[in-house]
Amino acid sequence: MSSAELLLPLLIAAPLLAATLPIVLGLWTDRTGWPIAAVTTTALFGAAVALASAVYTGTDAPITHELGGYPQTYGIQLVADQFSILIALLVTAVATGVLVYTRQGGPRGNTFYTAYLLLTGGLLGITLTGDVFNLFVFLEITSIATYALVASGDGPESAVAALKYLILGTMAASMYLIGVAFLLMATGTLNMIELATAIPAAERPTLIRAGFGFIAVGFATKVAQWPLHTWQPSAYQQAPDGVTPLIAALVSTASAYAFGRLIVTVFGVDYLTTMPNAATIVLTIGCVSVLAGTALAVIQTEVKRMLAYSSVSQFGLVIAAYGVVIAGSSETAFIGAAIHLIGHGLLKAGLFLGAALVARSYGARTVDEYAGLAKARPVVAGAMAVLLLSLVGVPPGVGFVGKWYIALGAVQSELWPVAAVIFLSTMLTLAYAARLLEKMYFTPPAALDWPRTREPVATDGGDTTVSIGMLAIVVIAAVGAVALGFAGGTIAGLLEPFLIEVFN
Amino acid sequence: MIELLASHYTYVLAFVLLGLGIYMTIASENLVKKLIGVSLFQTAIFLFFISMAYIEGGSAPIVPHAENPGELMVASPLPQVIVLTAIVVGIALTAVGLALVIRIYAEYGTLREDTLREVRADE
Repeated sequence: MSSAELLLPLLIAAPLLAATLPIVLGLWTDRTGWPIAAVTTTALFGAAVALASAVYTGTDAPITHELGGYPQTYGIQLVADQFSILIALLVTAVATGVLVYTRQGGPRGNTFYTAYLLLTGGLLGITLTGDVFNLFVFLEITSIATYALVASGDGPESAVAALKYLILGTMAASMYLIGVAFLLMATGTLNMIELATAIPAAERPTLIRAGFGFIAVGFATKVAQWPLHTWQPSAYQQAPDGVTPLIAALVSTASAYAFGRLIVTVFGVDYLTTMPNAATIVLTIGCVSVLAGTALAVIQTEVKRMLAYSSVSQFGLVIAAYGVVIAGSSETAFIGAAIHLIGHGLLKAGLFLGAALVARSYGARTVDEYAGLAKARPVVAGAMAVLLLSLVGVPPGVGFVGKWYIALGAVQSELWPVAAVIFLSTMLTLAYAARLLEKMYFTPPAALDWPRTREPVATDGGDTTVSIGMLAIVVIAAVGAVALGFAGGTIAGLLEPFLIEVFN
Repeated sequence: MIELLASHYTYVLAFVLLGLGIYMTIASENLVKKLIGVSLFQTAIFLFFISMAYIEGGSAPIVPHAENPGELMVASPLPQVIVLTAIVVGIALTAVGLALVIRIYAEYGTLREDTLREVRADE
């Protein structure tokens, strides 16, 4: 057993075990949560980097680990291949980065960090598992931790948002479970690799079709696609400022990744191409969400809510890219989806951190209140401007690279309506991004009531100090977004072996 | 049709329960009843798994008899393990949901969604 193989179970088990520590140590002292979370997530990031280097440079990729030594036919397998390790890197990096904000920005308390580590462990589980039922369990671990984190916001509104999220999220996961039941019924196995060979050979394709239908609906809710997105804006808005970046960047991303994994590895692109209506359904869900999400984002007044609706449309792009992958067997669109998943995660983490910072130090929560931000807080405003432009798709930001590959894939597959939607979405994204940029840079603050100091709220007790670290993490996100934009070709190169295996 | 009902009635039952659960979640204004609906929905899925594993004349998949193991008919153990795990997940979700309902009731003094909407609109 190689050392890289041992990293796989450790990446999932370590955060879950470490999650118990803040509560246990909390019996003696109350300020242990942050150091434990910081040490754990940093170690996880290190482990993910080590595993990534083993996967990308080693010859024995994908690296797999059979839990408990049971063979993959009926045991649970963990898999690190070129696609999953990319998401694992994003998860660990963002989880480490957001901690820099929460140290001073809150929420405080040991139980918060327990939920934080549980969430990280669940997300890594979704990323690395090679078993469709195990995926359900990790989806639910992630969801439960997220409900708790959303509900930890101050004020009763967060409990309402969390309950709404809980009901819809549970329904979605249950839909996925029904899909798994149909797959199990048709094939008798739960392992992804075994399923890949068993599904085309299944005697009753109707069961597989029904399974895919349920799975698609389940993930459309989890990824927040229109019209099943209703849980998402209130959950993002009501969650504490320190939690929103983590949830927005990772939770839906992991679900979208899982859907992509099911499409390319489990069902197989060739099989789905021949399945009636599969491509049309996935394409329609994606394209409608792109348009509806942007249209709803444009009319929002709250910045966090606007960014939440923007997530609906950006994930719509990813789902539309999956549709292009199915309809046209397009490798290019798949690369685009992978890059956009990573890029969007980083951009939204940076933007929500920026929004949290602005709310904390400048007291601004609505678009109008952002007036004059560039003069008062030039660094945050600059970083947010870079992130927003990158989200729109201005080169060389990472948003451009993802959209470029997706659009290129759509054009190559001659899916003109999809290509049109993607170009239109860029224009519409500009509509809401420009609104914020205009307020930040060109509207004088005097046009609004002054002073704008926010009335103190419970969690941070009116503490408005901003540490260097908090500012630095937003700037790092902005720099990372531009740097990743130049790395688009590199990511495509890293994914190459995986693509050859899937699209041969 | 009658034959299908006679041989596959557990599936029909499971999907009727599924429908009841989802209807209850959507139509009931009471938050606790919504959660009961979610629970019902999940339980229907457990029943679906269990009925899928059933074999006529098969015994429980515990320990096979030592003599001629090939002849023994047992129900598939995999779906049963899945259901055990899913029950645990379901309980955890119900617990979190009820905790949230308690908090909402403490803050707003109501469990009805329509009243809640009015109260929140007033604030």
